[in-house]
Amino acid sequence: MFNYILKRVAQSGLVLLVVGLVAFSMFRFVGDPIDNMLGQERTVEDVERLRTELGLDLPFIVQYGRFLGDAVQGNFGVSYRQGRPVSDIIIERAPATLELAVVSAFLAISIGIILGVFTAIRRDGWLASVIMTTSLIGVSLPTFLIGIVLIYIFSVDLGWLPSFGRGEVVQVGFWSTGFLTKSGWLALILPAITLGLYQMTLIMRLVRSEMLEVLRQDYVRFARARGLSERVVHFRHALKNTLVPVITVTGLQLGSIIAFAIITESVFQWPGLGLLFINAIQFVDIPVMAAYLMLISVMFVTINLVVDLLYVFIDPRLREGGL
Amino acid sequence: MSLLEIDELTVEFPTRQGAFVAVDGASLSVEAGQIHGLVGESGAGKSTIGVAIMGLLEKPGHITGGTISLKGEHISGLNTAAMQALRGKQISMIFQDPLTSLNPLLTIGDQLTETIRAHLNLTQDEANQRAIELLELVRIPDPKTRITQYPHQFSGGMRQRIVIALALCSEPDVIIADEPTTALDVSVQAQVLALIKELAREKQVGVILITHDMGVIADTTDVMTVMYQGKVVENGLTSQVLGQPKHAYTQSLIAAVPRPNERMHRFPLVSYGGRTQDFQIDDLARNWNKTEIDANQPLFEVSKLTKRFLKKSALLPSSQEYSTAVDEVSFNIQQGEVFGIVGESGSGKSTIARMIAGLYGVDGGSILFDGKPVTGVKDLSDYRRQIQMIFQDPYSSLNPRMRIDAIIGEPAKHHKLLSGKALQKRVDELLEQVGLTAAAGKKYPHEFSGGQRQRISIARALATQPRFLICDEPTSALDVSIQAQILNILKDLQEHLNLTMLFISHDLPVIRQMCDRVGVMQGGIMVEQRETEALFTNPQHAYTQELLSFMPQLKGI
Repeated sequence: MFNYILKRVAQSGLVLLVVGLVAFSMFRFVGDPIDNMLGQERTVEDVERLRTELGLDLPFIVQYGRFLGDAVQGNFGVSYRQGRPVSDIIIERAPATLELAVVSAFLAISIGIILGVFTAIRRDGWLASVIMTTSLIGVSLPTFLIGIVLIYIFSVDLGWLPSFGRGEVVQVGFWSTGFLTKSGWLALILPAITLGLYQMTLIMRLVRSEMLEVLRQDYVRFARARGLSERVVHFRHALKNTLVPVITVTGLQLGSIIAFAIITESVFQWPGLGLLFINAIQFVDIPVMAAYLMLISVMFVTINLVVDLLYVFIDPRLREGGL
Repeated sequence: MSLLEIDELTVEFPTRQGAFVAVDGASLSVEAGQIHGLVGESGAGKSTIGVAIMGLLEKPGHITGGTISLKGEHISGLNTAAMQALRGKQISMIFQDPLTSLNPLLTIGDQLTETIRAHLNLTQDEANQRAIELLELVRIPDPKTRITQYPHQFSGGMRQRIVIALALCSEPDVIIADEPTTALDVSVQAQVLALIKELAREKQVGVILITHDMGVIADTTDVMTVMYQGKVVENGLTSQVLGQPKHAYTQSLIAAVPRPNERMHRFPLVSYGGRTQDFQIDDLARNWNKTEIDANQPLFEVSKLTKRFLKKSALLPSSQEYSTAVDEVSFNIQQGEVFGIVGESGSGKSTIARMIAGLYGVDGGSILFDGKPVTGVKDLSDYRRQIQMIFQDPYSSLNPRMRIDAIIGEPAKHHKLLSGKALQKRVDELLEQVGLTAAAGKKYPHEFSGGQRQRISIARALATQPRFLICDEPTSALDVSIQAQILNILKDLQEHLNLTMLFISHDLPVIRQMCDRVGVMQGGIMVEQRETEALFTNPQHAYTQELLSFMPQLKGI
């Protein structure tokens, strides 16, 4: 067990090193940072001075080492465009994205699993068919369109919910939260649904097909033959056995909810990391891009590590041997 | 009044081509303390009766006629809630495969206590106490510790005993055991059957034992019912039905059972119902590229063959743990001979077959084929052409997405022996020779029965005109009647085509009928190796004697 965790952590570290190399290479290969930082009117002395100051005259490997060292301490340099430390900007923006991601992931997982179980148990019911058909829309419509349609209906037409921004936020330490105000919650509803809808339908369909598979298993038949109630059979015996593949996909999806919130954030002008990243790309703000890349990869690696540990938690067969 | 009485039961499954009658007016009754055997081929409807009693028929199947009554009260037609209260409490069921009947994610204690508490009004602690008592009853050693363990930590035989403990949770009156020992080794089978017998006697439980194994019926049951295509064809005391079968089907079924006590040249086929298909060995033999038998040169010389599997992986090679699956096994196979390997599951017999087939690497020892080494040689394509394999499970050994002609033609195509029209001709011939029509080549595997699929496997194995066949439990997934057909085909092949065979089985009567010499495997070691008749009449090693003592004797037939 300990060996297994150690191995997985080592693998995660390796992945981060490789991503770090890619992030670092951007500095060298996507234009010259000196050009970006100094305007048209510059002297050769200025260029030389800045080059030495920033350490750009050192060998590649030394620069990479420095970059990693700084990155570990959360120091990603100064944004070219805003002239402020990247870590400050990210800390300022991250709460918005994380709150949005957590709420939409919660919606996607809870509703997805409930609907998945329901459609599997009532396979032939009319309501299950309606849900299955509707879910196709969730899978097939692009996110931006769903966002725009929701804005049109609930903000423009009915005027119930705000169409952009986070509403009022409260500062708790460095964390700015929208969870504590009414307007914060109202502003969160539409973006969270937009972001989570695709994952929700995906989880629902996955849970449904896994559940149908598990309900055919001998141990489910045997549980029924022992006279256990349908509720126990479905939720105690069947659902738990569907979870391993569901967790795999959910883990990956959770990562993409955070990483690819970009579209939703653009549609709703949500002041989060996605919007920051888009702007960074437009203005070739490499330190921000690099930091974002590192952040996302840390998140993916962590989620996958958690998923692997969850497997072991759920399935006793993985606990000894085999690993 | 009988404990359980089934009267004129009819079960139908509506299909697009009209209703399929799975059980057709079947009647039988079970007394308390009695074991009632229900025997028949797959598809005869015996499992459907068991499931119908439990009220667990898969939709759209339903009871269309007749009644089931328990202690004089009708239980067919009860509503879902009433039926659920009855299940487990008064009628319990044991399924065939103990490996899949237990939920892998819950401890056996959880599964026992939830069942106990569903039926008896007990606290968690009391239920736990009762669970431990039940485990003691089915002789699980050290139940206090083992109750916290998960199903995968138990062997197959122990899991089946846990399944029995689960079925006993609330002292049921009737237990339906659907093929309870088919997936188990003979020695474990003997223990489980003894346990069922003892429970029936001591607790006065009525047991319906569903099986296709005549040996189990003969050794265990008091009364038996024979089913054929949904109908009861004969019933009565087991000794009478087996001793003087009245119905023609029963007679031919009993005749087809491989005898443990004598060797026959061919197996009598179940002729009832007029569906024996002929295997056309003469056509096949005419076109066969026969190699003459050279008595001086063994086909295979296997010496000190060893295989280890990684049990526990670790970063340092020194702390890795291995288990030895095959431990310095040596034997020779003469040309034209059938060499049998017998042993329980996990004894390493399939591992030997896979090493010979080149599917597994070898960790020690050598294999010589026709005097030439096959281990450590890079290009094995010529060797592979000359050996072919027939697998145990005809369902998973054929690719469900490939057409039959592609499946059969694949080995010949792979070895670039034939192509185009010639290949198609070979495939058509093979299909006809194994008793199918050339038109079958255009179909997919799911359109065939288990026996037909195993014939397809044989046709595939013959496509490259091999000299050597490896048969790994070729009939253990098949009914007695189909087993007889397949074994006859294999015997014909061996005699007419000078084929040499390695025949692996855990079924001793089948080994006796098929093999010239036998090796007995136990825990990766070949403990005894002799001529078949000598081994059966005068076993030397203690383990062989033990195995033979577990063999069903078919008394009274």
